[in-house]
Amino acid sequence: MKKQLVLVGNGMAGMKVIEELLNQAPERYQITVFGAEPHGNYNRILLSPVLAGEKKAEDILINPIDWYAERGIRLHCGKRVSVIDRDAREVRTDDGIVQPYDQLILATGSLPFIPSVPGRDLPGVVSYRDLQDVEHMLAASRQYKNAVVIGGGLLGLEAAYGLLKQGMTVTVVHLLPTLMERQLDAAAATLLQQTLAARGIAFKMAAQTTALLGTDRVTAVQFADGSTLPADLVVMAAGIRPHIALAKDSGLGCERGVLVSDAMQTTDPHIYAVGECVQHRGQCYGLVAPLYEQARVCAAQLAGDADAAYTGSVISTKLKVTGVELFSAGEFQGGDGCDSIVYQDAGAGIYKKVVLRDDKLIGAVLYGDTTDGSWYFQLMKAQSAVNHLRDSLLFGPVSDSDGDSKPAVLDWPDERAVCDCNGVCKGSIVTAIRDKGLQTLDAVRAHTKASASCGSCTPLVEQLLAAAAGEGYQAPTSKPMCGCTEHSHDDVRAAIRTQHLLSLPQIFQTLQWQTADGCDKCRPALNFYLLATWPGEVQDDASARFVNERNHANIQKDGTYSVVPRMWGGVTNASELRAIADVVDKFQIPTVKITGGQRVDLLGVKKTDLPAVWSDLAKAGFVSGHAYGKALRTVKTCVGSEWCRFGTQDSTGMGIRLEKLTWGAWTPHKFKMAVSGCPRNCAEATIKDFGVIAIESGWELHVGGNGGIKLRGTDVLCRVETMAEVEEHCLAFMQLYRDEGRYLERTAPYLERVGLAYVQQRVVHDAESRRLLAQRFRDSQRHFQKDPWAELAHAAARDQFIPIADLS
Amino acid sequence: MPAFATNTQPGVAHAAGLVEPGWLAIGVLHDIPRQGARVVRTRHGDVAVFRNSSDEVFALLDRCPHRGGPLSEGIVHGRLVSCPLHAWQVQLDSGEAKAPDIGCVPRFPVKLIGTQVYLGLQPLAESRARLNTVD
Ligand code: SRM
Ligand SMILES: Cc1cc2nc3c(=O)[nH]c(=O)nc-3n(C[C@H](O)[C@H](O)[C@H](O)COP(=O)(O)OP(=O)(O)OC[C@H]3O[C@@H](n4cnc5c(N)ncnc54)[C@H](O)[C@@H]3O)c2cc1C
Ligand code: SF4
Ligand code: FES
Repeated sequence: MKKQLVLVGNGMAGMKVIEELLNQAPERYQITVFGAEPHGNYNRILLSPVLAGEKKAEDILINPIDWYAERGIRLHCGKRVSVIDRDAREVRTDDGIVQPYDQLILATGSLPFIPSVPGRDLPGVVSYRDLQDVEHMLAASRQYKNAVVIGGGLLGLEAAYGLLKQGMTVTVVHLLPTLMERQLDAAAATLLQQTLAARGIAFKMAAQTTALLGTDRVTAVQFADGSTLPADLVVMAAGIRPHIALAKDSGLGCERGVLVSDAMQTTDPHIYAVGECVQHRGQCYGLVAPLYEQARVCAAQLAGDADAAYTGSVISTKLKVTGVELFSAGEFQGGDGCDSIVYQDAGAGIYKKVVLRDDKLIGAVLYGDTTDGSWYFQLMKAQSAVNHLRDSLLFGPVSDSDGDSKPAVLDWPDERAVCDCNGVCKGSIVTAIRDKGLQTLDAVRAHTKASASCGSCTPLVEQLLAAAAGEGYQAPTSKPMCGCTEHSHDDVRAAIRTQHLLSLPQIFQTLQWQTADGCDKCRPALNFYLLATWPGEVQDDASARFVNERNHANIQKDGTYSVVPRMWGGVTNASELRAIADVVDKFQIPTVKITGGQRVDLLGVKKTDLPAVWSDLAKAGFVSGHAYGKALRTVKTCVGSEWCRFGTQDSTGMGIRLEKLTWGAWTPHKFKMAVSGCPRNCAEATIKDFGVIAIESGWELHVGGNGGIKLRGTDVLCRVETMAEVEEHCLAFMQLYRDEGRYLERTAPYLERVGLAYVQQRVVHDAESRRLLAQRFRDSQRHFQKDPWAELAHAAARDQFIPIADLS
Repeated sequence: MPAFATNTQPGVAHAAGLVEPGWLAIGVLHDIPRQGARVVRTRHGDVAVFRNSSDEVFALLDRCPHRGGPLSEGIVHGRLVSCPLHAWQVQLDSGEAKAPDIGCVPRFPVKLIGTQVYLGLQPLAESRARLNTVD
């Protein structure tokens, strides 16, 4: 019979032991896992991206429930072990499960430390440790405004950033005068605080919390100096304590943590312990990389390798706040007998410090540019002498061989570890990229797990990918918007929203743009973000518009323009066509063409004629077709039930209704729609940003398609019955895309980025969310739905269409 | 002779019209949209007169060195204009395309006296030689 192996704690360290063991000795044990949380094992590190809305809970699962069953592992999910009976060699839960063991692994993790202040049990006070905490915070963020985070360490800052992104007003309270004192020196901490403050997080430093006030729910936080801060949500992130109660009660040797030997054995040879609950050679660890090292040793021991030993770890930290680059490792403070080398570029927001002792690198702090972090970390772990590198150390690794500046990782031996969390070496990454033809960072993460945990080796993996995949590789998009700034699109949008920024100069100043007035890349994007965030409040800035959107016509290669009047749903009539014919004659327009969008294009109009052309078209009842704009373009329709023998609904009428509702709306990229009267789909609704296909019982709604350069068919959003429902879903989807799409990102890549399930949640399943989105769209239309041609056709605006002087 | 003009000069008591031979009044500063341009028709072709966010004024032939795009319709940022056709960036104060692109467009002398903008119709000497290369 197989031996019984029992794991208590279905978390990151414990399950790493099981995964490793299944690799090394799959048949050796019958495995049983107890986990107090009601989920499969998930990547706790990634709770912060979930809180910030950058990932969904299901994205961070490591082992779904099925995974256990498929491997013959018995999982007691949501069951807490309350007793270890070491004499009987069995564990028990309160609800009566009794499980015997031959070998037991304890991996119970940590408990959040909650300072003992009055009011700590009030509703609205949460810790930050597991998925349930994140759910509490997300629920609070939808209902309440003010959040106070107690603790300015890694957890506290990540929580603050997430809550800010969820739209809360956030203050971080910290006991000491500088942030993250366990990872950062004062200089780097100050830079970090400035960056986060610019994003909109408030700080109260050197402040001691004395009480949480409130009766039914927390309402305020009180400090030793007598001051208070309003708070509807208080997040306790003041540190963690190894969770040792179970071990201690059963008489195992414990100090701060459960004591273990180099073999990861506790004082009872049948019981191993790994993870945050452990104290090894006097050290407790709170980061994944060392815990995974422990797990590998423990697995090897359990597989029968009695020589496997854990000797302690050097650790490095990275803060997971999007757009903030920060790295810290080892003895970064410096001090007696140490030598520090510092590089600082305040303008660019870059700070680097490396600490040397006896010619060896023993610590590093990097802020702003962390590309070299993994290299320093390798030098520290290898304890290599670095005296010959001293002068160039701060400028990063240069390949020794030929002196060119190709990244040093390319010269690494294949067996050297790139990802310390998951123990992935360079060779396996390169092989996976080559053999599987991987092109993106996410694909490499999916196939190798490299950089999928804490992410600090991401730059190295990107370098390998870039070198191996060559041209096809595109770096992921939390990159700066353009050369004028370090902020990404998402950061800038968040700042516009949270700091209520209303003009380009205000953005340039607040976010410390590196150019006086931006460039042709960022100005149009910023102008769109401003208009989309604060419709009616922000003045459109013509100087930030691309020529077509400024002149409301498409510029042609010879400097003339094309003009496309709107034809609602592609339907026209004799008097409209006559008016168009008259304009063509009067202004001698050389080409008239039917467009792919079911309307008429007048090509070759001289700039000086534009106002008069528009004015004649307007008299005939036309408005601009926005054929030039990052805006609603056409709504194509088929003839539908009015004429067609197969038609099931009035697709033409539906299309016209949608176009009348949405014309004039600005969107991140162009937005096209189509409505077909039956599944034969003559209007090609399945390659549109929003497509509608009539069915017997109503309408099937589609999203995220486009023709164009990279063809993508739509995904089905849902089915609805009435025209009013089609309208509401359409408006809600457009608004969601407008809120979250990055400038020049069409709905297809947007949808792939956020996922269909998310869009369905916001637009289909959550009726209130849909209603609010649609309502905001309708509200903004009051400001956007003005015919630009009418506004430009009057006399005062005509000046800009004629020369200022004629000297010829 | 200034190749570009700023608005900091004190108003001079010259009336509109010819200031000295070769200078032509083309309009007032406010006729040119800030971070935009207006066109002057001349015997050399259209000349684009730009005004940037610091109210500096520049004049270039309105033909991109790439494929002749109308620079007057480009987005103006700093002392650069981005051509509306294929986004080459041209330096307003020299007429040179910004690296990596190579090319140059003739520039013309402009000056600002008070709020009056004056244009000199002789392309600046160092760029006149290149006038032919544009065609
Ligand atoms: C006029 C028209 C061609 C025609 O004669 O039929 C046209 C003309 C242009 N298209 Fe288009 N597209 C036209 C229908 C389409 C269609 C068909 C459709 O809408 O059903 C497509 C593929 C469907 C789609 O967009 O998903 C199409 C995909 C593109 C693309 C590639 C988009 C993509 O996401 O890959 C571009 C490039 C871009 O937008 O960056 C583009 C860009 C352009 C521009 C605006 C290029 C430019 O910036 O100058 C052309 C303007 C010419 C002009 O001055 O009028 N046009 N273009 C059509 C105008 C429809 C209208 O009534 O407004
Ligand atoms: C928000 C957040 C961000 C983080 N970011 C990073 C980071 O960027 N980089 C990094 O390296 N680390 C990070 N960490 C730390 C990292 O997540 C932990 O170090 C790691 O998860 C610890 O693993 P563990 O297995 O020891 O404990 P856990 O993952 O906490 O697992 C312990 C499990 O045991 C269960 N359990 C406890 N007692 C019992 C019992 N009696 N019976 C049954 N089940 C029990 C618990 O419910 C829990 O599920 C972060 C942590 C948090 C909370
Ligand atoms: S989609 Fe169907 S109803 Fe519409 S025209 Fe085609 S066949 Fe007729
Ligand atoms: S014509 Fe100016 S960039 Fe091509």
